[in-house]
Amino acid sequence: MDLSSINPVLLVASLMVSATPILFAAIGELVVEKAGVLNLGVEGMMITGAIVGFAVAVTTSSPLLGFAAAALASAVLSLSFGVLTQYLLSNQVATGLGLTLVGLGLSSLIGRPYEGIKSPTLPDIHIPVISDLPVVGPMLFQHDIMVYVSIALVAGVWGFLKYSRLGLILRAVGESHDAAHALGYKVVRVRMAAIFFGGACAGLGGAYLSLVRVPQWTEGMTAGAGWIALAIVVFASWRPWRVLIGAYLFGGITVLQLNLQAAGLQFGVEYLSMSPYVITILVLVVISARGAHGAPASLGRPFHASS
Amino acid sequence: MIRLEKRPQPSQVWTVMTPVLAVFLTMIVGGIMFAMLDTPPLEAIRIIFWDPLFNTQFASFTRPQLLVKAGPLILIAIGLSIGFKAGIWNIGAEGQYIMGAIFGAGAGLAFYPSESWLIFPFMIIAGAFGGFLWAMIPAILRTAFRTNEILVSLMLVYVAEAMLASVSQGLLRNPEGLGFPGSRNLSQWDASANREIIAGSGMHWGVLTAFIAVIFAYVLMTRHIQGFNVRLTGEAPRAARFAGVIPARIVIFCLGLSGVLAGMAGLFEVAGPAGQISIDFNSGYGFTAIIVAFLGRLHPVGILLAGLLMALTYIGGELAQLMLGVPGASIQLFQGMLLFFLLATDVFINFRLRIGRTEVA
Amino acid sequence: MDDILLSLSGLTKAYPGVVANDDVSFDIGRGEVHALLGENGAGKSTLVKMIYGLVKPDTGTMTLNGAGYTPAEPRAARAAGVAMVFQHFSLFDALTVAENIALGMENPPKPRDLARQIREVSENYGLPLDPDRVVGTLSAGERQRVEIIRCLLQNPQLLIMDEPTSVLTPQEVEILFQTLRQLSAEGTAILYISHKLEEIRALCDNATILRLGKKVATCIPRETTAREMAEMMVGSSFNAPEARARDLGDVALEVRGLSLPAPGAFGTPLRDISFTVRQGEVLGLGGVAGNGQDELLAALSGEQRSPAAMIRMHDVEIGALGPTARRDKGLLTGPEERLGHAAAPDMSLTENAVLTAARREGLLSRGFVNWGRAQGFAEKVIEAFDVRTPGPGTAARALSGGNLQKYVIGREILQRPEVLIVNQPTWGVDAAAAAAIRQALLDLAAKGAAIVVISQDLDELIEISDRFGALNEGRLSAIKPVQGLTIDEIGLMMGGAHDMEVAHA
Repeated sequence: MDLSSINPVLLVASLMVSATPILFAAIGELVVEKAGVLNLGVEGMMITGAIVGFAVAVTTSSPLLGFAAAALASAVLSLSFGVLTQYLLSNQVATGLGLTLVGLGLSSLIGRPYEGIKSPTLPDIHIPVISDLPVVGPMLFQHDIMVYVSIALVAGVWGFLKYSRLGLILRAVGESHDAAHALGYKVVRVRMAAIFFGGACAGLGGAYLSLVRVPQWTEGMTAGAGWIALAIVVFASWRPWRVLIGAYLFGGITVLQLNLQAAGLQFGVEYLSMSPYVITILVLVVISARGAHGAPASLGRPFHASS
Repeated sequence: MIRLEKRPQPSQVWTVMTPVLAVFLTMIVGGIMFAMLDTPPLEAIRIIFWDPLFNTQFASFTRPQLLVKAGPLILIAIGLSIGFKAGIWNIGAEGQYIMGAIFGAGAGLAFYPSESWLIFPFMIIAGAFGGFLWAMIPAILRTAFRTNEILVSLMLVYVAEAMLASVSQGLLRNPEGLGFPGSRNLSQWDASANREIIAGSGMHWGVLTAFIAVIFAYVLMTRHIQGFNVRLTGEAPRAARFAGVIPARIVIFCLGLSGVLAGMAGLFEVAGPAGQISIDFNSGYGFTAIIVAFLGRLHPVGILLAGLLMALTYIGGELAQLMLGVPGASIQLFQGMLLFFLLATDVFINFRLRIGRTEVA
Repeated sequence: MDDILLSLSGLTKAYPGVVANDDVSFDIGRGEVHALLGENGAGKSTLVKMIYGLVKPDTGTMTLNGAGYTPAEPRAARAAGVAMVFQHFSLFDALTVAENIALGMENPPKPRDLARQIREVSENYGLPLDPDRVVGTLSAGERQRVEIIRCLLQNPQLLIMDEPTSVLTPQEVEILFQTLRQLSAEGTAILYISHKLEEIRALCDNATILRLGKKVATCIPRETTAREMAEMMVGSSFNAPEARARDLGDVALEVRGLSLPAPGAFGTPLRDISFTVRQGEVLGLGGVAGNGQDELLAALSGEQRSPAAMIRMHDVEIGALGPTARRDKGLLTGPEERLGHAAAPDMSLTENAVLTAARREGLLSRGFVNWGRAQGFAEKVIEAFDVRTPGPGTAARALSGGNLQKYVIGREILQRPEVLIVNQPTWGVDAAAAAAIRQALLDLAAKGAAIVVISQDLDELIEISDRFGALNEGRLSAIKPVQGLTIDEIGLMMGGAHDMEVAHA
């Protein structure tokens, strides 16, 4: 094997690209869970975003329109989860699984005409001076716009939850929906908004997969990314910046194992490709052994306002 | 305005009615979906739900398929339903199914080409053990570290799929297979074949096991204290601890049992209908079984019926693909919708609809 | 009264099957402390929810300051100057005091200004509180301060207090009353909801008494005896427990130096708890909620194991045994929370009988449940304890609080326990049912069982206990005979002061 073929600059650069889909989905799910809702349908929303984004980008030749359409489509899909769990009080675990199954079916149905096509790509941005810096430039400052959008989104969510009144209300709803209701806050409305936001984020993540990361459409292409996003929220103890760290760590593992495969490491390819999942499990174990600090107290509990 | 009012007791009538209503709604919305795909909706519905059973031309071919497909679904769903009752969410049955197949097939192939009749029973035990082992990972992690079993069991599906790819190209590859991935054909080797018990019925040993599992689960859940403890743990965990139930034992029991059943389902499939270990012998039964479990109301008899219905949509879906060119994915969507509608109509079990003035609180 | 703040007229609210409020009318004057008195289920809660905008009346009108008052939601009520301190605090454990207070305000000031205001108000009214503390770490009394300060920051004209003293020690009650008197003197009206008669006599100017949703009487508490008010509230007399004189037997249960770490982030550790109970004796353990009651019950029931020697029954070490093994030995328990702990809400009464009685009543054979026998036992409990229900097939959650409580206590008593430990046996239960439960406990003791009653209702403990102790922050005070115990002594025991020390709490 030839480890010298692995270029650290390219490794970090591709790590950021590889982490971005999961980062989008995870930061969205963090907001949903902070509001006290457990949406296990991230995988289904992501893959719906992936195909809708791809289809719209191919049809209009505009990747950005593709992203917008992906966000909208997944957000609308997530509302079905919202209506079921918030108004019809269905079990959140079961409904989330259902959403994933629906999303997988829907996406492969829409996606059939799009197999094997290449999508228009999103240009990398170029900032004078900064992007031209040696090493740091190509590593951090020569990416497409969505990489920076995802980071900005993390900062935005952090600020929103920490400093804004709406963020405080959202956290309060996730902590104790009964107390929030008693104070006159609209629990269901806040949760629906959070679910919608989470859906939009998952859609962006999916579209990033099909438009930038891969970039083409194949059935089932998310391959568990949505589930990993869920694991990263736990890993992050429900804190936005830790979501960023978790996503980048995971992106790093994925890229590294791909690089090792390419470098011809004499070790089963299957073991390398299962490594991200195994490492996710190990991380979950470490986090949970420490105790689930920071989980919203009402997470996953149904709310019915009875007088 | 419409609002929901909690019933003092769960409604018995609606418990039975909601699956029927959900199937009906799925047919309507599915019909609209087919119409949008430029497929005649009524014909599509007829082909999916009627023709596999009653079409004079090919029902004799498709009818046995019903049991072949329903067998693994029922077997897996029975195991899952017991866990779901206890609030233990094993959604990685697909992984346990794959590991059962690998262990079972491996155990058999180790004795190739012996013709001992002991081989098949030994393979079943090995398959059950493989599924059990795979399910013990989330079980032990949950009891020892409180790690979320949903995420762990699901991650293990991807790990199992990678293992499957590995063994079908390496360890279990057919040495006479000209280098193609995939094991020897187990269904063509007398000692390992999972045969039909009644020729032409589709009833192989796995289907029989599924029926036995239904009866076992029914007795367990309605008559035995362990079943009572499982239900109690799901409905009121604190009351269960008060009653003296040890939560860790329930977790191990539920995950272990569903692992055993999923593992056996995998073995029966690989030694029968699928025939050999190959990269993609698994066809998502482990996930569809989740729908079957819910559609069957987590009740053994309900699961029996739901498994048959879901098998019907598989077969009918294939027919519709052949005859109308309906995309295969539409059947997956169909099944997902079924679960969605069921969850939506479930609300009537615990709530009744009141139409009248709005209530502020 | 010419200076009326809030006037209620003909308020009626019906729910399916119950009329919660039936034509209720009364006035509250400016600066008046007005008591709303009634048993559980008399309609007090529904009435204040209407005033606070959580529930809309079916008919009837309210006027505030002479103008029509129809709050559509709590926000509108707060804007109109009506504030409320809830019985079950509407607080968020994981948030800070300041964040909790900000959530209860319409237009909260900037965090720094808010923190300053909180400090000001807490000094003015003698309610010390640190705005940056996380609420989950506060004691019950401190948590109530958060609620009160949240209300006071909005300068309310009317402050509603729902059973505020149930979580306080007598000393803390006195501090609260001073605050309320100060508010009243400044012109804030207070609607004070309680069923504790002595408190109302000490604090309130006027009282309105509700029974079964109707206003049945008004009175001036200072000029009315507690007995008279009690009769107005209950409407009929009920049996007080019989006086007892019984012989005590051997020590049945002994707890020695029981110490356990806190079970969760917001739980209480148990610290060196020791006591004994003899056959035929009732030991009452008082204390403010959240001082280790739940943890002590869990340790005694076996839900939480401890080193074997810390708990002994008839001189046999049982600390390491689980609930099933302890039941086999004759130690039975009744936890505080009926739904979800003592009973599974969605299961039938028959199934709930199996929950604890499976082995002692022989409901199992080789692991299989004999449902016929289980139903028979459930019917026996229903009959013996006069549980009002259509039958043993009814789901536990369909029963009223009092009936379910009679069922779960009856379920344990009919299993002939040698030692019975109950936590809050009559919490939220109507007076007649409470009296029946207390009588059943005394009857059981008379037959030679050792009984531990953990309760926050001091009157109850004094009525039925032979000896009394109090829990404070997971410690148990010295245990004293109930006879001759004064309310001051009890207060000091609950506050954590010890015999020889000067009270420092």
